[in-house]
Amino acid sequence: MKYSYYPGCSLCSTASEYNLSTEAICSKLDIQLIEIPDWNCCGATSAHSASAYLAVALPLRNLILAEAMGLDMVVPCAACYHWQRVAHNEVINKTPVGQRANEDLAKIMGRGYHGTLKTKHIMEVLLQDQVLELLPRKLIKPLNKIKLAAYYGCLMLRPADVVAFDNAEQPNSIDRLAQALGAETVRWSAKVDCCGGSFTLAESGVVQKLTADIVSAAKRGGAEAIVTACPLCQANLDSRQKENENQMPVFYITELVGVALGMPEARKWFKKHIVNPVPMLEKYNLL
Amino acid sequence: MEQVSLAEDLAKETGQKTNTCFSCMKCSGGCPISFASDLKTHEVIRLVNLNQLDRLLNCKTIWLCAFCKTCKQRCPNDIDASLVMDWLKSKALELGVTPAMPNIPIMYQTFLRSVEKLGRVYEAGWIGTYKIKTKTYTKDFKLGLKMLGKRKIKLVPGRIKNYQHIRKIFASARLGMKCRKEIK
Repeated sequence: MKYSYYPGCSLCSTASEYNLSTEAICSKLDIQLIEIPDWNCCGATSAHSASAYLAVALPLRNLILAEAMGLDMVVPCAACYHWQRVAHNEVINKTPVGQRANEDLAKIMGRGYHGTLKTKHIMEVLLQDQVLELLPRKLIKPLNKIKLAAYYGCLMLRPADVVAFDNAEQPNSIDRLAQALGAETVRWSAKVDCCGGSFTLAESGVVQKLTADIVSAAKRGGAEAIVTACPLCQANLDSRQKENENQMPVFYITELVGVALGMPEARKWFKKHIVNPVPMLEKYNLL
Repeated sequence: MEQVSLAEDLAKETGQKTNTCFSCMKCSGGCPISFASDLKTHEVIRLVNLNQLDRLLNCKTIWLCAFCKTCKQRCPNDIDASLVMDWLKSKALELGVTPAMPNIPIMYQTFLRSVEKLGRVYEAGWIGTYKIKTKTYTKDFKLGLKMLGKRKIKLVPGRIKNYQHIRKIFASARLGMKCRKEIK
C-alpha cells in the first residue's frame, strides 16, 4: 500500500509525536507514506473565519500536488483531513468558490485539480482488512485490556456528507482499532463532543470547561486513559487538566499501535506529553 | 434598488437557507459553547430571518462558534449554522464593527499572517505575535513554559519553497473581498 502523506503544521510542531508514531507504525505495517513535497497549511481553524475562498484555495493546492503524484492522500490531523475533503467537494460540486479557487490555482501552479484524488484519514487506512489481518501477527505487547475512552471530537466525523468514514453520532473506528490492539474501550457520553479547538489560545476558560467535562465523562465511564486521533484534541485534553486532580494520560491512537507493536522508540514520543503516560504503561508491563 | 433581505443575501453567498428553520433548537441543544454565548444558535438563525444585522454583528456568539459542526449534523433542515456564523464574522470585519470578542479575530489574523508569510503556520511566532497584540503575556505563562520545556513548540520557522503560491492565493482572496464590496 502506497500513499501520499500530508502531515500538516501541528504534526511538525506541537504534535510531532503523532507524526513520528504514524510514520513508524506505517512502515511496520507495510504502508508506504510519501510526504507531499512542499505542502502548505490547510488554513485550519483560521482561514474559514476570514474568507470562504481561502478555506478552499489553501487545501486545494495540496490536493493538486498530491494528485500529480498519483497517490491517494493520507492525513492524520482531523482538521487538515476535514479541509482537504471540503476543498475536494467544492471543486467536484462546481460551487462558485470551488470553481474560482481552481481556476486561480491553475494559473498560479500551471495545473488545476481534476477531482481524482481520494483523501483518507489515517484511521481509515489502519482499519483496512489487509492491515487488520496483518496486525495480530505483529502484536508483541497486546494492550492487556487497559480501559480506554475513544475520543473522536468534531472534524473527523462532521459533517457526515463531507467526511463520512465513520458514524457521526456513534462512531467506532478508534474503538475497533484499540480493541484489535487488545485494549478494552468503555461506553461513555462525550465521544463526539467538541474540545474547543484553537480557542485554547484566545478563550482558554471555554476550553478549560469543555475539556474538564470530557475528562470527567471518561472517568465516569471507567476509563484509565483517553485515546484520540486529532492533534488539537490531544493538546487540549492533555494540557488543560487540573494539576491537583487525578490526571489521565491522553494518547494518539498511533502511539498505542506503536506500543502494541513493541516499538522501543515509543518512550521518546511520550516525553512530549504533559500528563506522563509512562507510569501507567509500565504498570501494565507494556513499555 | 430593491432592498435584499439579510436571509436572501446570506443564502446567495453561503447556500444556507435560514428561512427553512422552524426553531426546533437542536442546534442550540448540541452547541458546546452555548454556555458562554449571548445568543443561542437558533436565535442567531431567527435574527437573520428577522433582518437584525446590527444585533448579530455585535453579539459574542458569532466569534465564539468553535466550528464543530454539531448544529449542521443535527439540523433537520440541513442548515449549517457555522457557515452562517462565518459569514457574519466576515461581514462584521468588512463593515468595521468592533468585535464583541476582540481577541478571537486577532488570533485568526495572526495565524493567517504566519501562513501567508511562510506557507505553514509557525506556532511560536503565531502565539508570540498574538500575545503581543492582545497584551495577554501572563495568561497561560506556566503552561507555555511547560510546553517549551517539553519541546512541544518548534522554535525555528521554516518556509515552503513555493511560498509565492501562497502569497498569490492570499492576494486572490483579498481581491474577492474587494469585488464583493464593490458590488454593493
